[in-house]
Amino acid sequence: MSAELWQPIRLTIELAGLTTLILLIIGTPVAWKLSRHDAWWKHALMAVVAMPLVLPPTVLGFYLLLLLGPSGPGGALASLWGARTMAFSFTGLLIGSVIFSLPFVVQPIHNAFRAMGDRPMEVAATLRASPVRAFWTVAVPLARPGFLTAAMLGFAHTVGEFGVVLMIGGNIPGQTKVLSIAIYDFVETSRWREANILAAGMVAFAFGVILAMNMLEHRMARDNA
Amino acid sequence: MSAMDIISCRFTGTFGGFGLDAAFETPAQGVTALFGPSGCGKTSVLRCIAGLQKVHDGYCRIGASLWQDGANFLPTWKRPVGYVFQEASLFPHLSVKQNLLYGAPRGGERAVHFDEVTELLGVTRLIDRMPRHLSGGERQRVAIGRALLSEPRLLLMDEPLAALDRETKDEILPFLDRLHDRLSMPIIYVSHDISEVERFADRIVLMRQGRVIANGALADVMSNPDLPLARAREASVVMEAEVTGYDAAYGLARLRVAGGEILAPSAPLEPQQRRRIRIGAGDVSLALEHAHQTTILNILSARIASATQLPTGDMLAVLHLGESGEGAALLARVTRRSWETLQLRVGLAVFAQVKGVSMALK
Repeated sequence: MSAELWQPIRLTIELAGLTTLILLIIGTPVAWKLSRHDAWWKHALMAVVAMPLVLPPTVLGFYLLLLLGPSGPGGALASLWGARTMAFSFTGLLIGSVIFSLPFVVQPIHNAFRAMGDRPMEVAATLRASPVRAFWTVAVPLARPGFLTAAMLGFAHTVGEFGVVLMIGGNIPGQTKVLSIAIYDFVETSRWREANILAAGMVAFAFGVILAMNMLEHRMARDNA
Repeated sequence: MSAMDIISCRFTGTFGGFGLDAAFETPAQGVTALFGPSGCGKTSVLRCIAGLQKVHDGYCRIGASLWQDGANFLPTWKRPVGYVFQEASLFPHLSVKQNLLYGAPRGGERAVHFDEVTELLGVTRLIDRMPRHLSGGERQRVAIGRALLSEPRLLLMDEPLAALDRETKDEILPFLDRLHDRLSMPIIYVSHDISEVERFADRIVLMRQGRVIANGALADVMSNPDLPLARAREASVVMEAEVTGYDAAYGLARLRVAGGEILAPSAPLEPQQRRRIRIGAGDVSLALEHAHQTTILNILSARIASATQLPTGDMLAVLHLGESGEGAALLARVTRRSWETLQLRVGLAVFAQVKGVSMALK
């Protein structure tokens, strides 16, 4: 296969992998805070986290463009290393993906933490486990199915995103030209064969992810019964 | 008793519309039962002692260590408590052994030995299993072992039997008896089942609607005619008894209690073994003369110490065993008609005819 095909695939995997990693790191504490006790601000925060589910990608992309562009804070930040803007770069794309895929990672973890209830953490505390030890030895292992779902959804959703990438990423080979853009590009230039290879690959990938998720969930449900 | 040996608690606050205003002191030894109907705040008190629930106006001191007062609140994980919840709440992702050792101190000399606890609770052969492969009773025993192995200075038990069926309860009760006999750490045991309390508790804290209405030695509280326990239909008293003999031919144990001697059906017992017996108020009738030709085994000399007319019309008499009334307290519920016909009154010497004695199984 040519580099023209390989490059977007590699770039997409890199982007989705990094996005998932970052999201697990920032999404876990957010999900944890949201899952413990109810306060009005938690509902507000939950709504903010969930907004990318509802907003058209173009709206999100538009604001990200303002934020990352030369006259936004992203541009100011970029000037630190001599760049003019953070839009139309891999970093910009990564920031956009993290925001766009946030609900897909936070919600499954949040649900898993909630389903666990207060009791396991209470038990751990009565057994002299510090909150940190209890979190790592009880909450995280018990929420394992949630983490798996979160990672898969976060990864898959980033791979599938198009609108936001189009708005803030552009079409720079090796930097921002991810799979979904590449397919669009091939179609635009009437290269149906290449478009077909990538599109079919995406279909197989999506099927594989959903199948794997279903099977894992089934197995974990059985193990924890 | 100095302040060093006392558990002292006071919790005032409201949670979700429920008002709690409970205060009590109890010795830091033996089993203290927190007893009352469902929803009276017993569990809230226990959770406050453990620090799982926080009331702003609270005070909790266990011997010399202060866990909560106006300015201080020690978080749960820094309190040396063991807590047994109503549901075993084992960690499902850990094996029985890992569950048991989760709270055990790491390294150094252990005061509570793993083998001893697993043997005491009969879970030795289960230690490699996962919790989902255990029965309800086995889970609860593991949960108790897990609490013990964390080497608490105070063991809190929140109706550990309430979620279990009759058969499973009977399976666990002997283990709890052994705990009571072998452990030196104080236990606070929440229950709404008087038969559990009669069996284990040394002291009882009686609760109603978020308040403590009585607190004292079990036998005293149970025989106090001003308190709901003695006035209840199934009222009874408990007495500590020492075995003085056993009649194998009839399967009867001879027991000495304060102020008298009692025969009770029992499995073989050795002299000097100690047993707790229970006598229901409805199983005691009164006579002015010692009946001789009767099927009743136990006829005890006693004196009427007090008499109360119950709302049902029956008379509730508190008797003290012995000819001069120096012994253990006994309750008798008799009809007002009999009371008046026999001209019974406080201070009178009578014969208490006891129809049924049951023994706490050990």
